[in-house]
Amino acid sequence: MTFPILSVIVFTPIVAGMLILLFPEERKDEVRVTALAAATFALLLSVWVYFTYDLDAAGYQFQEAYNWLPALGIGYHVGVDGMSAPLILLTGVVMFTGVLISWGIEDRPREFFAFLFILASGVFGVFASLDLFQLFFFYEIAVFPMYLLIAIWGWIRTREYAAMKLTLYLFVGSVIALVGALAMYWTAYQNTGVLSFDMLQLEQANFSEQFQAAWFLPVFFGFAVLGGIWPFHNWSPDGHVAAPTAVSMFHAGVLMKLGAFAALRVGIMLLPQGAQHWSWLIMTCAAIAVVYGAFIAFMQEDMKYMIGFSSVSHMGLVMLGLSTLNKTGLTGAGVQMFSHGVMTALFFAVTGMIYDRAHTRQIPELGGMNTVMPFAGIGFIIGGLVSMGMPGFSGFIAEFPIFMGVWYVQPWVAIVASISIIITAAYIMRNIRDVFFRPMPENLEGHITDVNVLDKIAILTVCLFMIGIGLFPSLMVPMVQTGVDNILRLLGGA
Amino acid sequence: MSYTPTMFLSILPELLLLALGILLLIVEPFWKDEKRRNAGWLTAGGLLAVLAMSLFVGRPGEPTTVFGGMLRYDWLGFFFKMLFILGAAITALFMLDHEALGKRGEAYLLLVAATLGMNLMAASADLVMLYLAIETTSIPLYVLAGFLLTDKQSTEAGFKYLLFGAMTSAIMLYGFSLLFGFSGTTNLYELAAMTEAGQLSLGVALGLVVLIVVGLGFKVSIVPFHFWAPDVYMGAPTPVAGFLSTASKAAGFAVLMRLFVVAFPSISYDWASILAVLAAVTMTLGNLVALKQTHIKRLLAYSSIAHAGYAMIGVAAVSELGVTSVIFYLLAYILTNLAAFGVVMAFGRVAGSDEIKAYAGLSRRAPGLAIAMLVAFLSLAGMPPFGGFVAKVFVFAAAVQVNMVWLAIVGILNSIVGVYYYLSVLKVVYLYRMEGENEAAHPIPLTRSYTIALVLLTLGILLVGTLFAPWFGLSGAAALNLF
Repeated sequence: MTFPILSVIVFTPIVAGMLILLFPEERKDEVRVTALAAATFALLLSVWVYFTYDLDAAGYQFQEAYNWLPALGIGYHVGVDGMSAPLILLTGVVMFTGVLISWGIEDRPREFFAFLFILASGVFGVFASLDLFQLFFFYEIAVFPMYLLIAIWGWIRTREYAAMKLTLYLFVGSVIALVGALAMYWTAYQNTGVLSFDMLQLEQANFSEQFQAAWFLPVFFGFAVLGGIWPFHNWSPDGHVAAPTAVSMFHAGVLMKLGAFAALRVGIMLLPQGAQHWSWLIMTCAAIAVVYGAFIAFMQEDMKYMIGFSSVSHMGLVMLGLSTLNKTGLTGAGVQMFSHGVMTALFFAVTGMIYDRAHTRQIPELGGMNTVMPFAGIGFIIGGLVSMGMPGFSGFIAEFPIFMGVWYVQPWVAIVASISIIITAAYIMRNIRDVFFRPMPENLEGHITDVNVLDKIAILTVCLFMIGIGLFPSLMVPMVQTGVDNILRLLGGA
Repeated sequence: MSYTPTMFLSILPELLLLALGILLLIVEPFWKDEKRRNAGWLTAGGLLAVLAMSLFVGRPGEPTTVFGGMLRYDWLGFFFKMLFILGAAITALFMLDHEALGKRGEAYLLLVAATLGMNLMAASADLVMLYLAIETTSIPLYVLAGFLLTDKQSTEAGFKYLLFGAMTSAIMLYGFSLLFGFSGTTNLYELAAMTEAGQLSLGVALGLVVLIVVGLGFKVSIVPFHFWAPDVYMGAPTPVAGFLSTASKAAGFAVLMRLFVVAFPSISYDWASILAVLAAVTMTLGNLVALKQTHIKRLLAYSSIAHAGYAMIGVAAVSELGVTSVIFYLLAYILTNLAAFGVVMAFGRVAGSDEIKAYAGLSRRAPGLAIAMLVAFLSLAGMPPFGGFVAKVFVFAAAVQVNMVWLAIVGILNSIVGVYYYLSVLKVVYLYRMEGENEAAHPIPLTRSYTIALVLLTLGILLVGTLFAPWFGLSGAAALNLF
């Protein structure tokens, strides 16, 4: 029997979380060290999965399948393809950096890391799922710890409101998708006589065009709520702002990809004709999100709100890529998920570092950060370049194909959506100028210290990926393309 | 009538319960003062022993009817019996450290007697037997609910429960007697044959079903027979309230399913729509009213009404998967709700309050208790990896299977409301602070019995929620006995 690497990745965080809960309350350092050890372990394994994925063989690899409830065809089935392997890696990176960033949490760190790790297991579980029931199982596991993490450790002014809003939005979305999934399950049973939640089986279920058109919207949008699709994005900036730094990183960096990924895996891949039927609607919503998100981000004075809305805009690009249903666009969407994940995690990390020291996130009240924390400054600038889609960084590798893919389908949409590039450049550069390079306001003078070594390691790790993929697209693009080929096969070579 | 070994095997749990009750009666007077608590340990240990012995020796094989058609010896009854005994054992652990119940041997005796009645309810195959079993269950519970004689609320609870119970059981008895009048038999399986053969007219049968639903609806607290629940749960001693909301409710469901699926299969579609509407109304009302509650026991009362509604979805589906999912649901629900009431009990006896706002700062005062509460409430809300999640998915799946998509959607909308108020309680526990106090100075110590019970329940909830195949298999075996 081969080493069940995916299962180990999925269960490492939750087991570590349970262990941490058993520690005595006052042993805070032991809690942190255990958390870091588990996160490092998961990161190394996810790097291993990423680099040993066999590009020539493509398809689903590292598969493990066990019966969970044979009577209803529920299985535990994990595996990664070219789409999900980068996301597993992304989760590993964000988990590792998230633990480093959260080192300083003094209020009940034991519970904090335990909940954060339950969340991480849920995320890994969804990305690795090849069984629909299992996907829901892990999806919900990823949702509920968010409530506690935001409500307990979040920003005191909006945390209760934001946490409840976020949880209800996501829960509503997922249960609506669940009804769709159950409908698929029974219809597949009627069509094929096989009672199974296995997604590879459901792909063969020959759903009628009518069925697909009817159920595609609830399933796709049910998940896409978590992907921050307009007009259901409302929870997301509030949630980002209220969450503590590491949770914002997880939230924008990984969780929103969870929504996009599940929408792709369940919505588009299991109901391909439905996707073709409704792609115009997704494209419209996504294009609005891209432009509208960028404009709203431009208007923000709170750094976190700015990044929150920029996430809506960037996730809109992912949805835009998905809606093209062609190879170029889908590949761009796949890379963008990774690229935006590490980029936004970096943004939130740096913002958290600034807030911890200056106790404000209002852009007009900040300044001169580059003189005291040059390392964080450089990190933020690199993130900014990624965000603007500059060549040489991962953002370019992702956004360029998306726009190209859209151009094939609807040139007008590409033109309208590209407005966002200019606006993004404007708010990112304004933010860099104001926060990092103008003279520091007097009241902050002398209070700001440099970031510590753990923060630097976190920033460095993330930047490594953004520049690496920017300079060597072959590290990721061919892999994503193998995943896209599989989607195109389901779409009937469209 | 000749006696065979199977007959005694079929009532083995009941015989053992009777023996336990007699043992309690004999031994208890010899314990004085502090030692009287031992009766609780004896009950809990004895019930667990009964459970183990029944599991080893008393497992049913092919369904048979014993004692002249009075009882049915099958997996359906057996599974429920085990649930009741488990619930009673946990309840005994919770009663141990209750100020007014803990040292009263008669409270434990009443608990065992009620459990005995429930066991017979789950196995009854005859209307007369059924009625006797229901009364055997109810009378000890009336007494237990009003056990705190010096407490006005408890007395009121006991009396209210008695009046409501007597009323509804009278109506049900009327239904039974009419049924006998029309058909000439009280045996469920003979009734089934008669309805099958069309000897009992549909209109009459449907009318009688309504009468019977009144009596059982009271037991499982579905709308509009739920009025007693909040008042009784609030007034009754907390362990008793926990027992009422779990085992007693499950017993009602056991009878409901056997009665309807076995006796009236041919008119199942008519009563399915009645039950579907009742299910929808019950969960909606329970959840909406729960939103406004400020008292934790009232909140749990309305939540348990809502949960009766969810379970009813599976009954209304009238399918094998439906019944299986109900049984599974009840298993998960019993563990979860007992844990919830256990936490309320453990908290209330130290803090002296059951107001939700009194829970502020609990996670700092007692992190372990807070985790137990988190697990129980998230399971009630239907979040994985806890039992409540899979249980809900199964009942919804059963509804979608028989094309009752609307019912599944109503259920899903309701669980969203549920998430809101369960999380609101957890928010108080984890987020809010005790006003002007240092939480570290007000710890909530857990006695040994609570620790044992809560750890067992928490592990059980996780087990049912993750490795659900064996439990589902058992539920399926039980459900199969009805079809």
